[in-house]
Amino acid sequence: MNIVNFTPVSALTGGLLIGLSVILFFILNGRMTGISGIASNFLISKDNRIDNLLFLVGLIFGPLIYSYFTSQKIEISITNSLFLLIGGGLLVGLGTKISGGCTSGHGISGISRFSLRSIIATMTFMIVGILTVLITNIL
Amino acid sequence: MNKIVSLFCGIIFGIGLVISEMINPAKVLGFLNLFGEWDPSLAFVMIGALVVSTPLFHLFKNKEKPIFSSSFSISNKKEIDKKLIIGSILFGAGWGLVGLCPGPAIASIALLNMSSVTFVIAMFVGFYIAKLS
Repeated sequence: MNIVNFTPVSALTGGLLIGLSVILFFILNGRMTGISGIASNFLISKDNRIDNLLFLVGLIFGPLIYSYFTSQKIEISITNSLFLLIGGGLLVGLGTKISGGCTSGHGISGISRFSLRSIIATMTFMIVGILTVLITNIL
Repeated sequence: MNKIVSLFCGIIFGIGLVISEMINPAKVLGFLNLFGEWDPSLAFVMIGALVVSTPLFHLFKNKEKPIFSSSFSISNKKEIDKKLIIGSILFGAGWGLVGLCPGPAIASIALLNMSSVTFVIAMFVGFYIAKLS
């Protein structure tokens, strides 16, 4: 192991904001944030559909608002083939719906509640994610 | 009022993903590359989020009701079943292949990156297939 590109301050700052969003959504609206749940329920359930849509709209507008006020361009890098993008997207959609949560739903909201289910889910997807990257690097 | 809260919480979450750079799949893959060139940043994002959400959750969970809604809705599932494990394995594999999970994937639509838009469409198809089964 060799540590590279580590940005602890911005990571912690961004994390605090994510935590603030999660706790405000709970205290004000009574719901625990999970983006896979919000997105999939927006698609397949009539309950809270407008709330879910507005959250997703906010999620998309957040980066735009940040860029506007800081005049910083947000750079992302995705190098996958079309096949892997579609395969990866399908796996993430299927997996989070089947297990009932993602990095936010299990990893933040669930762990905040000390939910054993979420702790096990988070450990599982992290270990599998790490193994997937390891295998990808070897191939 | 809870509509405005939903929009606002989405915005704050999205800004958090940008500042922490978790919106960039390359940064997330750096975290998952534990046995190579490792970038621990994602762990700090989770610590930052949990430091805020954990104590406040336990402080407010026994309140009668949330401020703008009639009741709290918290999952009461307890069982560690096959679905939890299989779903988490599938998710981990997709996450490790591309470096996108649902939050950053949707937030990155803002950047009009065709790769992330393709990923999001496939992810919604995945939600739908899981619902059918």
